[in-house]
Amino acid sequence: MRYLPLNDTDRSDMLARIGVNSIDDLFADIPEAVRQKDLLDLPKRASEMTVERRLSAMAAKNTSAGSVPFFVGAGAYKHHVPATVDHLIQRSEFLTSYTPYQPEITQGTLQYLFEFQTQVAQLTAMDVANASMYDGSTGTGEAVLMAHRVTKKNKAVLSGGLHPQYREVVEGLSNMAGDQVVSLPADPAGTEDILSQIDDDTSCVVVQSPSFYGQLIDLKPIAEKAHQHKALLIAVFTEVVSLGLIEPPGTQGADIVVGEGQSIGNGLNYGGPYVGLFATRQKYVRQMPGRLCGETVDAEGKRGFVLTLSTREQHIRRDKATSNICTNSGLCCLAFTIHMSLLGEAGLTKLARINHGNAVKLKKLLSGVPGVEVLNSAYFNEFTLRLPKAANGVVEALAAKGILAGLPVARLEPGNKDLENLLVVASTEVNTDDDRAAFAAALKEVLA
Amino acid sequence: MSMNTQGRPTSAGDTTETFRPKTFTGNRALDMEEPLIFEFGSVETCGVDLDEADTPEFELGGHERQAEIGLPGLAEPEAMRHYVRMSRNNYAIDSGLYPLGSCTMKHNPRLNEKMARLPGFADIHPLQPASTVPGALELIDELAHWLMVSTGMEAVAMSPKAGAHGELCGMMAIKAAHTAANRSPEIVLVPESAHGTNPATAALLGYKVVSIDAKDDGTVDLDKLKETIAKHDGNIAGIMLTNPNTCGLFERDIRTIADLIHAAGGFFYCDGANFNAIVGKARPGDLGVDAMHINLHKTFSTPHGGGGPGSGPVVLSDKLAAFAPLPFIRKTDSGLELVETNEATTDGEQPFGRMTAFQGQMGMYVRALSYMMSHGSDGLRQASEDAVLNANYIRVGLQDLMSLPYGVRPCMHEVLFDDSFLKDTGVTTLDFAKAMIDEGYHPMTMYFPLVVHGAMLIEPTESESRASLDLFIATMRDLVMSAKRGETERFSGAPYLAPRRRLDETSAARKPVLKWTAPEPVEISPSEAAE
Repeated sequence: MRYLPLNDTDRSDMLARIGVNSIDDLFADIPEAVRQKDLLDLPKRASEMTVERRLSAMAAKNTSAGSVPFFVGAGAYKHHVPATVDHLIQRSEFLTSYTPYQPEITQGTLQYLFEFQTQVAQLTAMDVANASMYDGSTGTGEAVLMAHRVTKKNKAVLSGGLHPQYREVVEGLSNMAGDQVVSLPADPAGTEDILSQIDDDTSCVVVQSPSFYGQLIDLKPIAEKAHQHKALLIAVFTEVVSLGLIEPPGTQGADIVVGEGQSIGNGLNYGGPYVGLFATRQKYVRQMPGRLCGETVDAEGKRGFVLTLSTREQHIRRDKATSNICTNSGLCCLAFTIHMSLLGEAGLTKLARINHGNAVKLKKLLSGVPGVEVLNSAYFNEFTLRLPKAANGVVEALAAKGILAGLPVARLEPGNKDLENLLVVASTEVNTDDDRAAFAAALKEVLA
Repeated sequence: MSMNTQGRPTSAGDTTETFRPKTFTGNRALDMEEPLIFEFGSVETCGVDLDEADTPEFELGGHERQAEIGLPGLAEPEAMRHYVRMSRNNYAIDSGLYPLGSCTMKHNPRLNEKMARLPGFADIHPLQPASTVPGALELIDELAHWLMVSTGMEAVAMSPKAGAHGELCGMMAIKAAHTAANRSPEIVLVPESAHGTNPATAALLGYKVVSIDAKDDGTVDLDKLKETIAKHDGNIAGIMLTNPNTCGLFERDIRTIADLIHAAGGFFYCDGANFNAIVGKARPGDLGVDAMHINLHKTFSTPHGGGGPGSGPVVLSDKLAAFAPLPFIRKTDSGLELVETNEATTDGEQPFGRMTAFQGQMGMYVRALSYMMSHGSDGLRQASEDAVLNANYIRVGLQDLMSLPYGVRPCMHEVLFDDSFLKDTGVTTLDFAKAMIDEGYHPMTMYFPLVVHGAMLIEPTESESRASLDLFIATMRDLVMSAKRGETERFSGAPYLAPRRRLDETSAARKPVLKWTAPEPVEISPSEAAE
C-alpha cells in the first residue's frame, strides 16, 4: 500500500519488540464476539491510476459552471479565483498543519488568521471578527444563539429575505434548544414590515442584505427599532463581493454580522467547504463563538500571534462554552485572505462594479423578454424574476439547452403558489455579453 | 590573462561555533521576518487584472458605500513572497512527525487534492439542477456506502461540516427520536475523559450533562454507571462515549454499556474521533452504537488545513435513520434523487431539520472517497493495524522512562503518558513539550484528557516509518534523561530555536488585540510643521 511505510519485516520485528505474537494481540480489548474477522465487504486497494479513472468518470457526468453560460447564485457564486490562490493554499506548510496550538511553530497560520480577522472587520465595518465559522448558514445559527446569550432573551425574528436554508438552520437549532423563532413570509421585493415584529421579548432580528432575492435592504431603521427594544440586529450577507460597493452593515447599526465568504478565494465545490465570516462589536467579544487569533509578544519581545480568549471555548469551558465549534475553515480563510490581498481595495471595488454592471445589463435583457417581470428595484449582482409559468420547468428546459439559468425559488420553498414562478438569477464577472444574450434568447424560446 | 584555477573557496572556512551575527534585518538567512499586509500593501495596488467596469448605470437604490474600507492590495509577486515566507514558519505533517494525540495527523495523499479539483466536482453549484450533477450524487452515495459498510450502520447523514457539527447532528437525531416517542429525558451522560465538544454539544441542546467516572484503568466504571442510571431512572437521553477512548484504550465493556443505556431508554452516541484505530477491526454497529460522527479529516485523511475545513458525516442505527436531516440522497429505480425539503419526503422519512445550507463538504467527500478507494478493504485494515502497532512501539520504547497512568498494557492508536516521571525534576509538561520543538518535533497533545495529571497523548499514525519512530523514541529518551539529570535550562526557556520563543498568552487574553490598527499618527504642531 503506497501510503504505508512499514513493510512486513518491520511489522514482525516491531511485534517482537513489543512482546506480542500477532497484531491481533494488540486488539485483544475488542471483545471476541464483535471483532471483525473478515475483510470489510468493500473493494480491495486500488492504484492511483485506477482511482483517478473512476473518480474522473463520475466528475465527467456533471456540468461544470465554467463550461456553460452560468447564472446560478442564491448563496454561492461563481467567481474567477486567481491561480496564485490555489498554488499557495497547497503549500505543505499550510495544507498539512493542524490548528495552531503550538504558536512558536505555527506563526504562518496565526499570521494569516490575524490578517483574515482584520480584513473581515474592515469589510463589515465592525470592531472584531473571529477566525471563521463553517459557512454563512451555520454562522447565522451561532449568531442567534450568541444574541440570546447577550440579551438573555430567546426570541429571534427572521426576515423573509433570509436564505430559506439559513432560516431552516436557525429554526432547527432553535427548536432543539427550546428557543422561539418568528419567521416572516418570503419577501422577494423587500417590502415586508419587519419593524412591527420587534418587541421587548425580541432577542435579535436577522436580516439579509442583499437579500436571498437580491434586494438591498436599508438596515438603519431596523437597527434603531431593535436597539429601542434591547434586541440585536444580526446582518447577513451571502455575497461578500457586494461589500466592495455597498454600505457595510457595521455603519448601519448591525451588532453581529455574518456572511458567506466563498466568493473570495473559494470555488463552488457543490456547497462546501466554504468559509463563514463572523464579526461583532467589541463589547460582545467574550460572547462570540469560534476561534480568535490575537497579537502578543514572545520571550524576546518579538511580535507574534496566538489563539486567544479560549476560555470561551469548549475545550476549556466544556458544557459552559459559547459554542461547540472546534475545527473551522482554516484553509478557506487562507484562500479568502490571499485573494483579498491580491484584490486590495482598488480591485475589490472594481470587481464589485463589474458584477453590478453585469447584473444591470442582464436585467435589461431579461426584462425585455415577453412576460418576464423583474421584482427588485435596488440590487447588487442578483435579482428575482417573475416568469409567466413555473420556474422549475423553465430552468430544466434551459439546462437542456446548455444554460444554467438560476435558482427556481420553489426548489427551496415548495408548495407556495406565490413563489412558484420566481427565478433568482445572478451575474458575476465571469459572464460575457454572449452568455447574457444566449440566456435571454433561450428564455424567450422556452417561454414562447 | 590567467584563469582562476581555484574557483570559489570550497572549504567551510573559519567558523566560530558560537558566533551568531546580529543582522540588520532581523532575518537569519532562510528564517525571515514578515510584516502584515497592512504594513506594506497599498489600497491602490491590485494583483488581479480585471476588465474595465463598463457599468451602464447604478441600480443600488442609494445603498452605495461612502467610506473607504482600508484594504491593502499586493501585486502578484509580493503576495507570493509574503505567503510563502509566512508558510515557512509553520510545522506540518509534510515536514515532520506530528504526534498530536486525538488529532490523527496522518499523511495527506496528493491524489486526493487532484481529484477534488476536477471541474466536475470543484466547479459545480449546490443549487444547479440535480439533473446536471448525477456524478456528484453518485460520489456522495458511493462514499456513504463505504462509510456504512465500514461502520456496520444503517444510514449516514452526510452534511455536518466538522466533528463537533456531527456530534450536534447525532444528538439532534437522538432528541428528535425521543420527541417522536413522546419522551423528553433531560440528562446526557459524559465521561470526564471526553472531548470538550461532547459536553458543549449536549448543553447546546438544553441537556443536563452528568459526568460518569472511570475505573483505575481509564475505562468506564460499570458499577458507577449503573448507579448513575438508576439515580436518574427514566430521565436519560443517552450517553456520549469516545471509543477507543481518549486515553487510547478500547472500552472492553462496550456492549454492556450499550445494553445498559438502551435498557434505560437512552441512545448511545459514540464520538468517532478515534475510529481510525479500528477501521476493519470492529464495526460500531456491532458494538451497539446508535450514532457516531466520522471525522473525514482524521480517519480518512482530508487535510487539516491549519484548523479546517473538516467534515463530520454521522452514521446512524436503524432506530435513528428516519430522523436524518435534510438534505439526503434517495435511491430509486430511476436513479439517485436529492431530497432537500420536507415536502419531498415520503413515508418513514422524518428529517429533524437541516444542519447547514446546501449539501455539506463535497470537497472533503471527494478526498475521503479517493483515500478509501486507494486503501480498499485490505489497506484500511492495514492502516489501522499499523497505527496501533506504531503507537505500541512508542509505548514500549518509552515506558521504562516515562510513566503510563494505567500501567503496562497495549494501547490502541495513541499512547497516554502522565507527568509523574517529571516529578522533582523542575520540568513541567509544557516545558517538556516545548523542548521537543527544538528537536524538530511538534509536541504531543498535552493536558488532555483531563482525567490524567499532566497528560501527554502521543499518536504517531500509520504514516511513520520504523526509522522515524526510532529517532523519535531516541529523542524522547534523551529529553527524559536530560530532565532527570536536572538540565532544566533546556526546558524552561524552550523553544530556543523556533521562529518564535514562548509567546505571552496571558497578556494576549487580558488585553486582546484581535486586528491590525493603523499606528497613531505622530502629532506635529503647526510651528514644527512650519520649520
